[in-house]
Amino acid sequence: MEHPITISHYTPLPDGEHSPSLTTTNTAEQSSRRRSLTFVLLFSSILAACLVMGTMVLFPNSGNEAVEKSTVVPEETVEVAPRGVAEGVSMKSFRRPALNAEPPANFPWNSNVLSWQRSSFHFQPNQNWMNDPNGPLFYKGWYHLFYQYNPDGAIWGNKIVWGHAVSSDLIHWKHLPVAMVTDHWYDVNGVWTGSATILPDGQIVMLYTGSTNESVQVQNLAYPADPSDPLLIEWVKYPGNPVLVPPPGIDFKDFRDPTTAWRTPEGKWRLIIGSKLNKTGISLVYDTVDFKNFTLLDGVLHAVHGTGMWECVDFYPVSKFGENGLDTSFDGVGVKHVMKASLDDDRNDYYAIGTYDPVSGKWVPDNPELDVGIGLRYDYGIYYASKTFYDSNKKRRVLWSWIKETDSEISDVRKGWASVQGIPRTILFDPKTGSNLLQWPVEEVNKLRLNKTVFENVEINTGAVLPLEIGSGSQLDITAEFEVDKESLERVQETNEVYDCKNNGGSSGRGALGPFGLLILADKDLSEQTPVYFYIAKGSGGNLRTFFCADHSRSSKAVDVDKEIYGSVVPVLRGEKLTMRILVDHSIVESFSQGGRTCITSRVYPTKAIYNNAKVFLFNNATEARIIASLNIWQMNTAQRQTHFADLVI
Amino acid sequence: MLINLSFIILLLVLSPCSLLVKAQHQTNSLILDTCKKTPNYALCVSTLRSNPHSSTADVAGLGLILVGAVKAKSTAGLKTISELSRANPALKKRLSQCMEDYKMILSAFIPEAEQAIGGDPKFAEDGMNGIADVTAQCVKSLQGVRAPLPSTNKLVHDLSLVTVSIIRTML
Repeated sequence: MEHPITISHYTPLPDGEHSPSLTTTNTAEQSSRRRSLTFVLLFSSILAACLVMGTMVLFPNSGNEAVEKSTVVPEETVEVAPRGVAEGVSMKSFRRPALNAEPPANFPWNSNVLSWQRSSFHFQPNQNWMNDPNGPLFYKGWYHLFYQYNPDGAIWGNKIVWGHAVSSDLIHWKHLPVAMVTDHWYDVNGVWTGSATILPDGQIVMLYTGSTNESVQVQNLAYPADPSDPLLIEWVKYPGNPVLVPPPGIDFKDFRDPTTAWRTPEGKWRLIIGSKLNKTGISLVYDTVDFKNFTLLDGVLHAVHGTGMWECVDFYPVSKFGENGLDTSFDGVGVKHVMKASLDDDRNDYYAIGTYDPVSGKWVPDNPELDVGIGLRYDYGIYYASKTFYDSNKKRRVLWSWIKETDSEISDVRKGWASVQGIPRTILFDPKTGSNLLQWPVEEVNKLRLNKTVFENVEINTGAVLPLEIGSGSQLDITAEFEVDKESLERVQETNEVYDCKNNGGSSGRGALGPFGLLILADKDLSEQTPVYFYIAKGSGGNLRTFFCADHSRSSKAVDVDKEIYGSVVPVLRGEKLTMRILVDHSIVESFSQGGRTCITSRVYPTKAIYNNAKVFLFNNATEARIIASLNIWQMNTAQRQTHFADLVI
Repeated sequence: MLINLSFIILLLVLSPCSLLVKAQHQTNSLILDTCKKTPNYALCVSTLRSNPHSSTADVAGLGLILVGAVKAKSTAGLKTISELSRANPALKKRLSQCMEDYKMILSAFIPEAEQAIGGDPKFAEDGMNGIADVTAQCVKSLQGVRAPLPSTNKLVHDLSLVTVSIIRTML
């Protein structure tokens, strides 16, 4: 059943000795240009010599000037001061030690430490590289997840295929054969990200981006070979592919990741594709009847200046009141629409809530200051290329997302794998704030809860750290409530401090009302620890602003891992307690505050705080406030089994 | 009359010529502008200038030229590490990790960058950052090793970070 990867399609890129493929055409042009330039210059200098008397008056030095210009080597500009590394810092990178300083001795990663990092209940393939979730859907009793997968190794490559797995509960997954491989000219450089649309008669339509033999991004159509197969093992690519090519004015490398389609008032299907124009992120809108022929609408669904390329755009309705999720085509009174884009520039997923006009094909954000790419994020940690789907089984909208590695790429190669998928999250509009979504781990994850330890009304004085005896802290579900005693809240002076998680000393930057929270993946000596915490800033008029942060600066003794501090403000309404939930799954930690208003996904690579040496502590680093905490901590069962297709044949 | 006619011919002949000169000048300034955005301007400019294709390349082409330069220097580095290891058993032990890492550069990270730069450049960034990490780790085991290996290693490191910044401008 396994589709072999046809290596006959592989065209190796030329090495340094040959002309780079991207410049091949240019090089040819260049040499012909050079020949004509030489000829022109020769001819013109002969003419110039003949006519030197007559021409000198009117064209002083014209010939010479031309020659000089072409040979001028402006060495003097080399003096321009070298720029800081800041502009070159990527999201994958971390603070790299300068080479001229004494290089720090790095932790020698061994297999015991590396194998601890694998997930126990987050989805990941048995091995190799994974990135974006693709075409999630529910069909004949099974949840399907497709994903960007490199069958050749633990880093990205140009033979990306669609990995495939099924589950009956979104938690326990069975790996199936690869669904689509790079076997046509229109996807030979990669079967890239796509989305599923389920038609009213139950048919599945899959649209995905292919990178062609010339690395042009095109959209292709695929469908299940056997709709009666609930596992959807075999996929057929439409013979007329590609069905969409980059429209005029759009660069051939800026046209990818089609969304799930929804119905228009005219009964057509509509979908969007992310792109950019200069530095403006845009979403192109297409209407279709048959998913083979498309009409590009005038204008875009939405665009935001300065946000760069929009990848993996997503667009869906949410109910202003209801507890249920909505089908992508649902519209009407009491519905708002969410627009999401993944920003290639900073590799974060941004969303905004707004109003969609199906007639004009436009969407406007409720609050222009919180527009797509400049406002709210699904997650303030590591969370990218996410995609929702409507789960008709449980009437909910579910969010999938790629959680990449933040260690070094060489460690990924040694581990033999890279990336996991986030625990699927239900998505609801937050009717209390009216300004954000609520993301929460799907309820099925609760089935993994084992023995529970309860801590009630634990008092933590200022500056205190309290161990919580719960056994191993490698696989946990933690829910915690915090109360700041009223007296200190009132006593503390108002300040004009401008707080943010990143720039105020992290968990050791002490203020009157914070930070306080939990230390997870900490060893008994606290030489490694990852604090997840609240910080309250009391502003003028007694206004409280609460921040939810995760500090990775002491998360590992190793130097070659990300040590950033992540987080953002979290809305807390009058009378609400501060709450957080943390899912600890080895190197993956997902933290949710206030019922999922603000979320932070962390990757943590400890060297000592692993297996049974991973502990949990309560801490309160506020200088004024006494904190009272109540917690439930569950050990979590393992869901990832190495189930193969053979075990599944019914 | 003859002078006037020659005038016109000269005019006709020179105008496309000056256009070409302008184009040449612009591509040079593309190199300069692109290199200004990197952490090592001088290294960027000199590396690109030493490749004749750079004058007509677009930013992606410049990125690919730099990836090629990282590859060439890494190949040279690995060759030297192998030679030193063969000649000196004490060095062999010390350099073994570095040698393995350099093999990884050439077998994994360079191909990743080459493939990604023309398709989805952000993954080329990962490959180049991977090389920066490897070479940063090698610095310690190369201390005291005779020239030119330490400087080759540094060059690979610095060039990979220059390439990262150029890739970022392509996103």
